[in-house]
Amino acid sequence: MIKFIMNGLEVQAEEGWSILETAKFYGLEIPTLCYNEGLSPYGGCRLCLVEIGEGPRAKLVSSCTYPAEEGLFVRTDTNRVIKARRMMIELMLSVAPGSKVIQDLASKFGVKQMRFEVRNEECILCGLCVRICAEQMDAHAIGFQNRGHKKKISTPFDIRSDVCRHCGACMYICPACQLRCQGPDADTAVCNACLTMDPTCLDTYDELQCWMYDAGKCGTCVQEKPEKPNSEDNEKTA
Amino acid sequence: MNVETQKVKIFMQKHDNQKRALISILQDIQAEFNYLPKEALQDVAKTLEIPLIHIIGVATFYRSFSLEPRGKHQATVCTGTACHVRGGPKILDEFERKLGVEAGHTTEDRQFTLETVACLGCCAIGPVVVVDNEYFAHTSIREVGSILKKYRKKEKDNE
Ligand code: FES
Ligand code: FES
Repeated sequence: MIKFIMNGLEVQAEEGWSILETAKFYGLEIPTLCYNEGLSPYGGCRLCLVEIGEGPRAKLVSSCTYPAEEGLFVRTDTNRVIKARRMMIELMLSVAPGSKVIQDLASKFGVKQMRFEVRNEECILCGLCVRICAEQMDAHAIGFQNRGHKKKISTPFDIRSDVCRHCGACMYICPACQLRCQGPDADTAVCNACLTMDPTCLDTYDELQCWMYDAGKCGTCVQEKPEKPNSEDNEKTA
Repeated sequence: MNVETQKVKIFMQKHDNQKRALISILQDIQAEFNYLPKEALQDVAKTLEIPLIHIIGVATFYRSFSLEPRGKHQATVCTGTACHVRGGPKILDEFERKLGVEAGHTTEDRQFTLETVACLGCCAIGPVVVVDNEYFAHTSIREVGSILKKYRKKEKDNE
């Protein structure tokens, strides 16, 4: 058993657990994107950032890849973490604004602006498809190619791969393949239509895309959220 | 079995068909054919029991490997910081214009492959151009033509 402090709580982790797994075990929510229980951790999206250490030596690490260590001091929702997380979402938005999962995250974490050039690349290189293809389907049909800004995911020589069995697992797991609902303003980089709803409609009404069927036309999702008693604390932590 | 596969086989045997020797094997193939032929990579994948996509990943990651046939001569223009401020990009433009290809590509007659590099470690003599391991210091746009001519001429002499 490994003992360490998380958000002021003494927690115990089993050998081999990551910080994220420990947090999950204790019911602490850390947002993730490139993490999936059935796949090896990759640490690509940096959404699961947490702060470890204290004072000036505190640093941000990705909790999905950081192993639980004896005596760690972890905080999952400091200002620094929240800021970094928003930045990561903003960056991902700039790459793939058409993705439902990312728009959802933006709504959930209050990312209201996107200050970067929109790239519409529809792939954020989270590597989920590569890993599911290799680790669960044992096919190794797709993988990363090139590097730097030219990095992409494809099959060998960009042609039909003969080891691909067309299982569709890569599309199933892709966070960018699922398009966002049209919302009230479909052309903006940040949709934010669900920002005022709790929980966001896309979280709950997955298949229908919009919970009112009518893709934002009813206006429900753009109404101001009624003032809630704890909304002040929320403001403070943000 | 054709000559090519034979050669690839020998390269792999040289390294006891070891997975960890992948890069050395690819280097041998690159040196032999001046690029990595598709069939060769497929053979390597089969023999070493590495998924083909991993080999492609390695081959596309490193600049010294190429999936397309390279030219006989390799012209490299430095666009590192020091060479950049001294006009490296202009020299690159000139090369691109004279050769009619963009950086990273090979001319149609397979004579030259144009590449860029970010600093060769000899900034004092910049802007630097390297053709087949020969360094040209303090190059200017005007010299580009003569550099290319020199290598084109070598070609003719050899014939
Ligand atoms: S979930 Fe940890 S980096 Fe993506
Ligand atoms: S920048 Fe060209 S050699 Fe250093």
